[in-house]
Amino acid sequence: MTTAAAPLTAAEKAHSRGPRQNVMSRAAAMLVMGVFTLYFLTPIWWLLVTSTKTGSEITGSAALWFTPNSISTFFTNLTGLFQYQDGLFVKWLVNSALYAGAGALLGTIIAAMCGYALAKYEFKGREAIFNVVLSGVLVPATALALPLFLIFSEVNLTNTYWAVFLPSLVSPFGVYLARIYAAASVPGELLEAARLDGSGEVRTFFTVSTRLMAPALVTIFLFQFVAIWNNFFLPLIMLRDQALFPVTLGLYAWNSQISQIPELRTYVIIGALVSIVPLIIAFLGLQRFWSSGLGAGSVK
Amino acid sequence: MATLNQAHTPSLRAGRSPRTAHTGRSTRRAVVVFVAPFAVLFLLFYAAPIIYAVIQSLLMVEREGTFGAPQQVFGGFTQYALVFQDSAFWASVGRVLLFGVVQVPVMLGMALLFALLLDSPLLKGKRFFRLAFFAPYAVPGVIAAIMWGFLYSPSLSPFGAVTSEINFLDGSLVLWAIANIVTWVYVGYNMLIIYASLLAIPTEIYEAARLDGASNTQIAWRIKIPLVTPAIILTAVFSIIGTLQLLAEPQTLRSFSSAISSTYTPNLAVYTTASIPNYNLAAAFSVVLALATFILSFVFLKATQRKVSQ
Repeated sequence: MTTAAAPLTAAEKAHSRGPRQNVMSRAAAMLVMGVFTLYFLTPIWWLLVTSTKTGSEITGSAALWFTPNSISTFFTNLTGLFQYQDGLFVKWLVNSALYAGAGALLGTIIAAMCGYALAKYEFKGREAIFNVVLSGVLVPATALALPLFLIFSEVNLTNTYWAVFLPSLVSPFGVYLARIYAAASVPGELLEAARLDGSGEVRTFFTVSTRLMAPALVTIFLFQFVAIWNNFFLPLIMLRDQALFPVTLGLYAWNSQISQIPELRTYVIIGALVSIVPLIIAFLGLQRFWSSGLGAGSVK
Repeated sequence: MATLNQAHTPSLRAGRSPRTAHTGRSTRRAVVVFVAPFAVLFLLFYAAPIIYAVIQSLLMVEREGTFGAPQQVFGGFTQYALVFQDSAFWASVGRVLLFGVVQVPVMLGMALLFALLLDSPLLKGKRFFRLAFFAPYAVPGVIAAIMWGFLYSPSLSPFGAVTSEINFLDGSLVLWAIANIVTWVYVGYNMLIIYASLLAIPTEIYEAARLDGASNTQIAWRIKIPLVTPAIILTAVFSIIGTLQLLAEPQTLRSFSSAISSTYTPNLAVYTTASIPNYNLAAAFSVVLALATFILSFVFLKATQRKVSQ
């Protein structure tokens, strides 16, 4: 990207518009981006700084800067958070990792297989299935939360791991993306060659095709992971037992108790920080994959 | 969408190539293996709930006398009649529509502007800006609402000088306080989708335009924006769906602001009605909401498609 920009800049300098005007528009562009960087990062910075403060320091000290004993307070807060109510917060983190990690992994495989079949095979009902999947994309998951609750209560499965885990596996958007990626990145000739070599269709998918679709699969995984990690309505309506909560629902519950239990404020703030760190790490670590895969869903 | 054409091409090519007879049965088996897991889960956790919600919404609870045991009986469109008479529900629908009409264009306008700037030769440090703008997407709605709840709060905010003058959490402003949270979280995500499709445009097009004497602004308006329209439509549809489903942010902000009622958004109304518990009416709300969302995004897709193809 940055390398591609260089020849354009040269071409532009040669252009009739004067160099002064060019400097002006550069400055304007940097100014816009700079101001919005503050907008996007200040709340996160505030969260980081506030998590290093005691309850009284939150209002009693400079809000956007650290206090002299920030580091020790941070670790006091952190141990407090992890020990509060017998390590309930740790349980929430593990739950979220299970719901989102295992759910997105399985969900991605399931969506990839279906999308792959829709892209690479001719069969009866293919268009019908794809249309159903597309309408599934347009039906919001939250509209399903209440009826799912009613169905799960018929079979006495509300307030269990399954009640949140199983519905999270279904990702029509994942199937839609997988179909596009499979069509674009798995050549039909390669599948023919695999067939001639005597490789079974399913084996070819898992050994050859998934490798070609890898950036796409990482993208589908990440976005399903985020969707499950952020899901609020389904666990809110399904779960009563605090030990089963994902971290978002847990922090929500603590936050609504702050007026009765003021010391929870410190834990809500540091808990919020701790809960967004895994996602930020996942996005930074896998950036190479998703930034190339992201556009394919909408590119002409 | 334009993507469908592209998705077809390779499979058509595969169909044209010589195919031996023995592959017929094994491919059919493979298709079943590939499609079945998704199909089963989709039927159980997508289709069945929709059907179940429709059935529930057609039932009503009847009691024999005041203290008789409650009994579910067929009620026809009784619940739907109640839905259409429920002024609080329609007020919540109006509220999210107003929210969407303002917030979605503002958010997508910002996303488009940032994507164009990232794609222009004017900017240095693109990698940094891309990550900084995208970072809020890693913050779940609940957490974002908690953070901004503190930032808005007159007593706790680091911007006390502002928040003690303007109360973002009172009745007249809280809708826009929520709009700001949603914008903060999703601008970067939409920006990246648009940016990715800008990167896919072959640079020869720009060179040709430059030789014809087009300026950066002209290239942006005449070439880039028309070519990324499919990406913008995609982000718009998802934003519309998201707007009608608003729940986590207003529900979380309720502990910071008393101006958010228990029926502030349609989904909050569903949740509140279900907690009464009045499942039949809540199911009817869900059905109406799902239908409205589906129709609105479908109509939007069709309308913009026609406009684009003209």
